[in-house]
Amino acid sequence: MGKRWSGLGGWITERAPGMAPMYRKHMSEYYAPKNFNFMYFFGSLAMLVLVNQILTGIFLAMFYKPSAEAVYPGVSEAFASVEYIMRDVDWGWLIRYMHTTGASMFFVVVYLHMFRGLMYGSYKKPRELVWLLGMLIFLALMAEAFMGYVLPWGNMSFWGAKVIISLFGAIPYVGDTLVQWIMGDYLPSGATLNRFFSLHVIALPLVLLLLVVLHLAALHEVGSNNPDGVDIKKVKNVEGKPVDGIPFHPYYTVKDLFGVGMFLIICAFIIFYQPTMGGWFLEHDNFIPANNLVTPEHIKPVWYFTPFYAILRMIPAKLPGVLTMFAAIVVLFLTPWIDRGQVRSVRYRGTGFKAALVVLVIAFLSLGLVGAGVTTELIPALLGPSADVTLWENLFGRIMTLAYFGFFIFLWVYTYFGFEKTKPVPERVTMHD
Amino acid sequence: MANEVVDHGRRRFLTVTTAAVGGVGVIAAAVPFIKSWEPSAKAKAAGAPVVADIGKIESGQMVKYSWRGLPVFVVNRTKAQLAALPSLDPRLKDPKSSNTDQQPPYAKNEHRSIKPEWLVVIGICTHLGCVPEFVPDIKPEPFDPNWKGGFFCPCHKSRYDLSGRVFDGVPAPANLAVPPYHFIDDTHIQVGVDPKGAA
Repeated sequence: MGKRWSGLGGWITERAPGMAPMYRKHMSEYYAPKNFNFMYFFGSLAMLVLVNQILTGIFLAMFYKPSAEAVYPGVSEAFASVEYIMRDVDWGWLIRYMHTTGASMFFVVVYLHMFRGLMYGSYKKPRELVWLLGMLIFLALMAEAFMGYVLPWGNMSFWGAKVIISLFGAIPYVGDTLVQWIMGDYLPSGATLNRFFSLHVIALPLVLLLLVVLHLAALHEVGSNNPDGVDIKKVKNVEGKPVDGIPFHPYYTVKDLFGVGMFLIICAFIIFYQPTMGGWFLEHDNFIPANNLVTPEHIKPVWYFTPFYAILRMIPAKLPGVLTMFAAIVVLFLTPWIDRGQVRSVRYRGTGFKAALVVLVIAFLSLGLVGAGVTTELIPALLGPSADVTLWENLFGRIMTLAYFGFFIFLWVYTYFGFEKTKPVPERVTMHD
Repeated sequence: MANEVVDHGRRRFLTVTTAAVGGVGVIAAAVPFIKSWEPSAKAKAAGAPVVADIGKIESGQMVKYSWRGLPVFVVNRTKAQLAALPSLDPRLKDPKSSNTDQQPPYAKNEHRSIKPEWLVVIGICTHLGCVPEFVPDIKPEPFDPNWKGGFFCPCHKSRYDLSGRVFDGVPAPANLAVPPYHFIDDTHIQVGVDPKGAA
């Protein structure tokens, strides 16, 4: 200890007694299972993207103006300031594309991170709180992304805001008042833009950072799960350290740095060659200034919301549609209590679970395609130009909605009534010496 | 002091009352912040009534006006279009305009207007707030082979007839809203103000 913390480090630890124990608890003596695989990159990558969003966001806020006032006819100050960043600010285009690409990549890594949790049972006892805090991060992230999307005040910003805010109008009695209160006007306007800006750059980032700290604190209290879903604390050496655990630093910091390198190569490719991703990351209609009298031909959210948007669209009445969409997120929160199985990892779970997980992934991706309007174009191509697009789309979308919710119903029935035939779980991780 | 017996009832009473008074204070302090999100005086002023000159709208035509930033459709319906309206009743969700939120009492009739030929509606789909398209001709359309003229929403394919009444089997839950309006004279209407004597 004396040798390691000499010099400046020693000077600080003598004056801030919490620093060294904290470093040991979370880095040098945080024992993580040694069998982490590819799926364990995405937590640290999500943190990397969060840092990227905050850093690029701070700089974008130096040039962006949250104002819907017209600088010249039909073009708001907000829209013009985004164009100013893209054309006139030195390197502004790079900073903005890092932010917009970061937004989409955030959801890519978060969805994979959540899938990892489902696959290896990381939500199960004793990690329920880790999962719940993670779901709250997901919720805050969706609000953050939605409000950020409104800021350029393009036509999809405006109509997206209108559609999403009007969802609250489905609430009986108070709906209309609530919608007006959120917008601060009778339609999305400068008042809406300004408050969304404030929430996007101050309120929600603070909430996100706090939740991330709590998510990690809760994780490090109970320890990380692993692809075998076994508890590494069961088998310890004479020093009381888990034999299948390795210190997070340096082993996993190095592993994660490799992941960071790979990830940044992909991000750089998108930023430099495909910043709009063909309309998936930045929609074409958002390059048109907001116009409250002209609706875009297809109002659709950015890709990461499309599965939930598809569920909303598949229900033919407004309030039930909104409730079903929110239910799709609520069931994720409840997963630790829906799944009554004792075995964590998919490796030792029953065939039914494996099949159901595949169905869930197919349903989620299919709903994404329906919500993004891909099926609207695909159906005439597959079934001929005379095919009834609405009929087929509704049929497909509703089956996929049933499959999505079916996963959770199946999971409960399968585990609660003991239908699951699991394989024996080993005492230690499968790759120990 | 140290030897005195702690009066737990008294302590609980003080804790609860302090928390309750503090809670009231927190709620009171929250009011200005919550109220600040209401439409401002400026936004309310911008929502003032609008006068529309409808004298030049020919029979069968529609003109869009803007009121409170909302598109207001004014349609001069033809005799044939009006005659087709009652035949649609069985295919509509709310043919008799029973949902009183969607129109003032003076527009609760078959043609949903003050004067039969003049339709005045807010052109905002009641599903998710898109602007429906005006498809006036009585002829088969790809989305409806028995089309009698009306409005078609491009977002999620909701359909309305020429009185803004919503069809059954589409996502929109209600008829297009009729704003408060009245005739100043034969060629001018004011949107945002009820007729004299009407509530």
